[in-house]
Amino acid sequence: MPVILQVSNLVKRFGQLTAVNDISFEIYQGSCFGLLGPNGAGKTTTIEMMEGIKTPDAGTIRYQGEALGQQFRNEAGIMFQTTALQEFITVREIMVQFSRFYPNTSSIDELAERYALHEFLNQDTRKLSGGQKQRLLLAMALINKPKILFLDEPTTGLDPQSRRNLWKQVQLVKEQGATILLTTHYMEEAYELCDEIAIMDHGRIIAHDAPDALLAAHFDDVVVQIHAKDIPREIGEKEFQAIYRNDSAHILTGDVNKTIEHLLHFDIPLDRLRIRARDLEDLFLELTGKELRA
Amino acid sequence: MWNRIYALFVARNLEFIRDRSALAWSVLLPILIIFVFAFAFTDENPEKFKVGVIPGDTSEGAAAAFKQTRFINFIDFDEVETNLFKVERHQVDMLFDPNTSRYWINQTSPNGYIVEKLLVAAYADSPESLQQILVEGDEIRYIDWVIPGVIAMNIMWGALFGIGYVIVRYRKFGVLKRLRATPVTAMEFLSAQILSRLWLLVAVNTVIFICMDYFVGFRMLGSYFNLFLVFTLGCINLICCGLVVAARISTEEVANGVLNLLSWPMMFLSGVWFSLEGAHPWMQKFALILPLTHVTEAAREIMIDGAGIVQISDHLLVLGVSAVILLIVGARIFQWE
Repeated sequence: MPVILQVSNLVKRFGQLTAVNDISFEIYQGSCFGLLGPNGAGKTTTIEMMEGIKTPDAGTIRYQGEALGQQFRNEAGIMFQTTALQEFITVREIMVQFSRFYPNTSSIDELAERYALHEFLNQDTRKLSGGQKQRLLLAMALINKPKILFLDEPTTGLDPQSRRNLWKQVQLVKEQGATILLTTHYMEEAYELCDEIAIMDHGRIIAHDAPDALLAAHFDDVVVQIHAKDIPREIGEKEFQAIYRNDSAHILTGDVNKTIEHLLHFDIPLDRLRIRARDLEDLFLELTGKELRA
Repeated sequence: MWNRIYALFVARNLEFIRDRSALAWSVLLPILIIFVFAFAFTDENPEKFKVGVIPGDTSEGAAAAFKQTRFINFIDFDEVETNLFKVERHQVDMLFDPNTSRYWINQTSPNGYIVEKLLVAAYADSPESLQQILVEGDEIRYIDWVIPGVIAMNIMWGALFGIGYVIVRYRKFGVLKRLRATPVTAMEFLSAQILSRLWLLVAVNTVIFICMDYFVGFRMLGSYFNLFLVFTLGCINLICCGLVVAARISTEEVANGVLNLLSWPMMFLSGVWFSLEGAHPWMQKFALILPLTHVTEAAREIMIDGAGIVQISDHLLVLGVSAVILLIVGARIFQWE
């Protein structure tokens, strides 16, 4: 697959702080690339440089081999984390306005149909709910039939149903052949949507691969999860090197049978025992030492 | 490109027209002001007596006595010819030359009559040396005199705040950031803002002018086309001022402060409300920096004196050249974020 966007040795500083510190990666056409990281890792700065909103202090970004220019602006669809819309104009009017910016656009009625904007198409933009606004912003980002779509934490603040809804829409966009660059806090979202992920921390990329490949590369064990009340801390930590998180003790093991035998030996009740594979959340914690959503 | 400018232009117009409070403010304020002046001050000159004095020895004798009269504002005029029209228009009540003891007054001016009595009283010892010269001319009502300034002032508020404040708000709330993510260029965005504001200001103020003229009836000796040209150029100039203010500021508070800092001095030092005749020379020089002074004076010359394009060309030149400079500076230093 050809590379659509190439990022080389990107650096961005704000005073003393180096927000993005010499990162490089490539995004393949038609793929979904996820940028993950804790708050302040440099995700938004990175994506905004790639969108052409911020100017890098060093490094280059190339879209189809060229520096970001008019062609990129015409072919990129962008959805920011937060966006204010002009006031006193309706949803339809703002869609009409944006469609006039681009040479090649989708019909507004078609977009309204697909993203369920009909019910509030003639409403003032100030009167939209969170979910409605998010749908409008996605529709606005798609109005120019983008070849590459940038989504900066598109589902932050949405309820679980709206979130699933948006994932479905993003999947649809992907099926139509668009490339997607996504930043997110949600590991589940990254796992669901992304073909490739890069994990950022302190302005650097600390891991980069397909989600399954990353998991396979970092973990050869599984997690035995027991309710924290069922296993006293001193036994858990001393005998099993368990990690206590929230209400559970997590025991990492390559040999489940042996661990269970060992637990039985200490008379630990196994009624609430759960065995699961390691997920991106674990990987993230392991790599950055931080919870993803602090 | 035109498509994008047109899209932004339409959106901005809709925003302005639907924002009832802003619209009401820009229409009602000048109407209110004109009515207040038309009915409260119709035949009253709110200023004290004014006498123009040609340079000469006034250190002693009758001339000195006259110059000590309280409540008369003595204004130094360099020569008679170029200032005579001020007596004709009742802008000064008398013109006095102490070298020859000649004085010029307008027979129809009540103030002129009183000042003449005072002058004669001061020359009680040698009344024969005084020489009266009568001039003729209609009085300019204060309303006729003030209307060009009121329209100009309305344009100033609309231009400075309509551009300055709006763009800063766009920047603060991220509207500019979203537009930046589209193919819209800074020049296209600014052009649309200028065009939208220009046509709205011209339209609104034309309507105000016509309505006011219908109800109050102004003196209008010059060409309407020239008047339109002056106000339009004034609009462009003040819009460009707003553009420079809005180029980088990102909070409304700072924008508000800077815009007020610009508009209030213009409001009072551009000769909108009172003539700068007799003001401190320093202030008169300062007034020439202010675009509002040139708009007001040019409009006043057209309406009151019937000045043609040649007579107002210096004002047009100042407004035009500074508008171009401001536009270039504004576009150069403009930042989306």
